[in-house]
Amino acid sequence: MSAALRHVFLASLRRRRLATALSLFAIALGVALGLAVQLIHGAALDEFGRGMRLLAGEADLQVFGPRAGFDDAVYAEIAAQAEVADASPVLEIDARLPGRDISLRIFGIDMFRAAHVHPALMPQVDTAARETGPLAALAADALFLSPAARTALGIAPGEMLAVQSGTHALPLRIAGTVPAAGLGQELGVMDIAAAQLLFGRIGRISRIDLRLKSGIDRDAARRSLAALLPAGVEVLTPETAEAQTSALSQAYRVNLTMLAIIALLTGGFLVFSTQLLAVARRRQELAFLRALGLDRAALIRGLLAEGAVVGLTGGLLGIVLAYGLAGLAFNYVGGDLGAGYFRGLRPALRFDLRPSVAYVLLGVLAGVAGAWLPAREAARMNPARALRAGDEAEVFQSRPRAYLTPACLALATLLCFLPPLGGVPIFGYAAVAFLLAGAVLALPTLVQLSMGFLDGTRDVLWMLARARLAAAPGQAVVAAAGVVASVALAVAMAIMVSSFRHSVDGWLESILPADLYLSASPAATSGFLAPEMQEQVASLPGIAAIRPVRFDTLRLDTERFPVTLIARPVDGGAALPLVGATVTADSPDAAPSAWISEAMADLFAVKVGDVLQLPISGRRVAFHVAGIWRDYARQHGAVVIELADYRALTGDFNANDLAIWLADGAEPDTVAQAIRNALGDDTIKIASPGDIRAISLAIFDRTFLVTYLMEAVAILIGLFGVSTSFAGLATARRKEFGMLRHLGLTRGEIGRLLTVEGALTAAVGTAVGMVAGGAIALVLVEVINRQSFHWSMDIRLPLAGLVIFAGALVLLAALAARLSGHQAMRQSAVLAVREDW
Amino acid sequence: MLDIVGLTKGYEGGAGHPLFTGVSLHLERGECIAIMGESGVGKSTLLNCIAGLEPVDEGSIRLAGAELTTLDDNAFARLRRQHYGFVFQAFHILPHLTVVQNVALPLWLLDRPGREAENLARAMLDRVGLLARADDWPRHLSGGELQRIAIARALVHRPTLVLADEPTGNLDPERAIGVLDLLLECIRDAGAVGIIVTHSRAAAARADRILRLSAHGLDTEVSRP
Ligand SMILES: Nc1ncnc2c1ncn2[C@@H]1O[C@H](COP(=O)(O)OP(=O)(O)OP(=O)(O)O)[C@@H](O)[C@H]1O
Ligand SMILES: [Mg+2]
Repeated sequence: MSAALRHVFLASLRRRRLATALSLFAIALGVALGLAVQLIHGAALDEFGRGMRLLAGEADLQVFGPRAGFDDAVYAEIAAQAEVADASPVLEIDARLPGRDISLRIFGIDMFRAAHVHPALMPQVDTAARETGPLAALAADALFLSPAARTALGIAPGEMLAVQSGTHALPLRIAGTVPAAGLGQELGVMDIAAAQLLFGRIGRISRIDLRLKSGIDRDAARRSLAALLPAGVEVLTPETAEAQTSALSQAYRVNLTMLAIIALLTGGFLVFSTQLLAVARRRQELAFLRALGLDRAALIRGLLAEGAVVGLTGGLLGIVLAYGLAGLAFNYVGGDLGAGYFRGLRPALRFDLRPSVAYVLLGVLAGVAGAWLPAREAARMNPARALRAGDEAEVFQSRPRAYLTPACLALATLLCFLPPLGGVPIFGYAAVAFLLAGAVLALPTLVQLSMGFLDGTRDVLWMLARARLAAAPGQAVVAAAGVVASVALAVAMAIMVSSFRHSVDGWLESILPADLYLSASPAATSGFLAPEMQEQVASLPGIAAIRPVRFDTLRLDTERFPVTLIARPVDGGAALPLVGATVTADSPDAAPSAWISEAMADLFAVKVGDVLQLPISGRRVAFHVAGIWRDYARQHGAVVIELADYRALTGDFNANDLAIWLADGAEPDTVAQAIRNALGDDTIKIASPGDIRAISLAIFDRTFLVTYLMEAVAILIGLFGVSTSFAGLATARRKEFGMLRHLGLTRGEIGRLLTVEGALTAAVGTAVGMVAGGAIALVLVEVINRQSFHWSMDIRLPLAGLVIFAGALVLLAALAARLSGHQAMRQSAVLAVREDW
Repeated sequence: MLDIVGLTKGYEGGAGHPLFTGVSLHLERGECIAIMGESGVGKSTLLNCIAGLEPVDEGSIRLAGAELTTLDDNAFARLRRQHYGFVFQAFHILPHLTVVQNVALPLWLLDRPGREAENLARAMLDRVGLLARADDWPRHLSGGELQRIAIARALVHRPTLVLADEPTGNLDPERAIGVLDLLLECIRDAGAVGIIVTHSRAAAARADRILRLSAHGLDTEVSRP
């Protein structure tokens, strides 16, 4: 067998170099994209988890509160418990750096306690710094930077770094490093008392890390400690805390992996089409081998080996490509591929054996799977019949299986109603797969039906093309299934992205009604506007009204990541992008209203009219859910309450942002300048709604960059499919073309015949793909996005774009068919009609 | 009708000398000849030269007085469409067209109206005795039947010249004679010129003349009255 394998089967790959190269390339691309995504996210997640573990240190349990922190009396009480061996309080501040675009995570720690709980955070005083000595680390202005933060900020020990508190820029001295933080973590460490003072958080901490006495059961301790904590403060194991945080980016990562798997499937599909064509072309050769005594199993093995070799080579090539791609992505886009999940990390690319081997195997699998049906087809043929000339077309008569289409569609519909598994919309993805399968299975029948419409045509080339496609719809399937799949996916993505973008745009417009926005720090970092500052802004000339916004986070339970609390004037919900029904409180003394985001409604199973307990200021306060609003910014959930309610409950009058309405005739630029003059330039950001929209949409587009790239690859592979199919078909049909040339068709006319066939095939494929794409878009929007990110959007069809895309694709496919048929046309008509060749 | 004078043909990288030289032939309307010769002497090549599918090195080919060797590829294709009919050893019937469509194919290429093409094709099928199979798919037919369809296809557009390269090579001897007689009859009926290459002396004997091809030209072997 091995000699036969080499000379008969594998040698055939060499004979059809172009088709082999294209299938190999497609598999390599699929493997490369999938593995690159895996590597990038793997490295980012590794670094992320390492950071979490580093910060958790030796802690057995961690107590977390809202971002604003909780009373440090809790620390004294917890530390006094009998189970607790060591307790280390931490104040975590996301410090805005005035004049820079990045923020720095600063951990205020108690140097004496931290040594036992998180040794990795222990600072090391640099000898180059001015003050050294045992107490240098406790100095009020001493900040220690991790090596990564030092590199990112470009700052050396002894130099000063300004951090923002409120609207003030406060200089800190870089007193040394945090050597154990490693190269991947950008962070700073300072004394907790100094940090409390500096950032206006006196008496507040945001975390307590605990080590239990030996022999204490962790779960029991967790339960007994939880009973001591005020509302909104929870005790978690470090593993839970890490899992909650990494779960945030999971849906996004799964989405990208799915796209890569689709590329891999397309590669397997190309193997299928080239193998089917190769089998058609080698029908007589294979029949002859069977006649010589090659048994069925050996024939199948040989043909599968062809696919496996293509898959293996493609897989190996893909691995090399993947590492190259991942390296590029780390340099240019970052570890989250532009989606913003892993800020402040410097992950490094490493060789990762397990996923690499897994992806090579996936490549081989794609190759073998693609070779499977053609191999069976070849094994089934009757050698005696196949030895007779002229029945290559038999392979393509493929029994139409249109009856399977309704079954696929029904199944897909059913799957859409199933809930996600572990937060991943597995059934939604399965529905997409069934929709695609249904579309491809419907192809032969649809080709035959649509050829019926061309019945009246008089042009002989059209008649020939029509007859060929109607009699051998299998050919259309081979050539058009790639088109269907890639068009469907591209159209689905296009509709989804266009709907998403349109909805985001509308959403931005509705959440940005004011004339100017002033922000003391993005994402609620260490900047804020004290009440005096708010009044100062309000009293500036040209300003008609201001509306403050305050952010915090709330931990509703131990199971899930905290939700964002937004306190702002709401006007009974009128100022929110509400979706669905709303209710208003009937009596004035009823519980205050809260408006929850779609994500919060999904994640916490809350509906309009429910009573929601929010832990604010260490107390549980009942709110009445008055409405659900759309939020594209926080997939972990957000809740809006009236600013007045918040202030009454907390006594916190600070604001993170101000929405500013201008007086009639006031110039936005003049007013902005006046605010800058009053508050300082570095510590605040002023933007018009237009700026914010532009920036947000730019971020949106960057997030979808990878998606666009993968989409382009899918279409490219689809076109490859058309051209390899037609190249293969043209070779398989040499005799036909040779005979037609004898009958007096010119080379040009045979070229046109192929063009017409290509165009017809692509037209049917594109039409089917468009319809399937529309259906898939619906699943993406209503099921996959909803279940992954918990947001809804309004469907919007980019019609003009789709029409242009369809036209261009049909043209390109016609061109591809013609170009790839060229080889066959060059071939001598004389040789083609000879009996044995 | 067909005049060939001093035809010489060799292949590049061939034996160094031409395959054949000085091939001359004159055929009258309605005349059918058989060409015989050893395998590899160039019989198929000669037919291909006459069909314009192989360039010739020297000599001239005239059909009804018009010189063919100077025609370009496309012009020759159009000429073939109009004036040539072919019968191949391996039939070459298109599997995705029905029997009658296969026969009508040359008429389609000549832009004859669909109805007329169909009627002519059916008439021609009747002539070769296969009208009953007109709407069948070719894959259900035997070799002899396929070759009769090929004959119908070769003559349906009333060509001036019919070229047949071992038309009976794939058929059993008895059927071979029947098919060949049918071919000759049809060619004579149509007033065309027929050139049939064959290895079978029995088959060749049915033609008006038998010529033997050698490296030095075509020699008359047996002539019949
Ligand atoms: N395209 C080509 N290039 C080079 N040599 C060729 C080519 N086609 C045919 N030949 C050679 O020319 C010679 C004549 O071939 P041809 O097919 O005309 O022979 P033939 O007389 O028809 O033989 P047979 O009776 O076996 O069919 C052979 O030696 C063949 O190898
Ligand atoms: Mg020959």
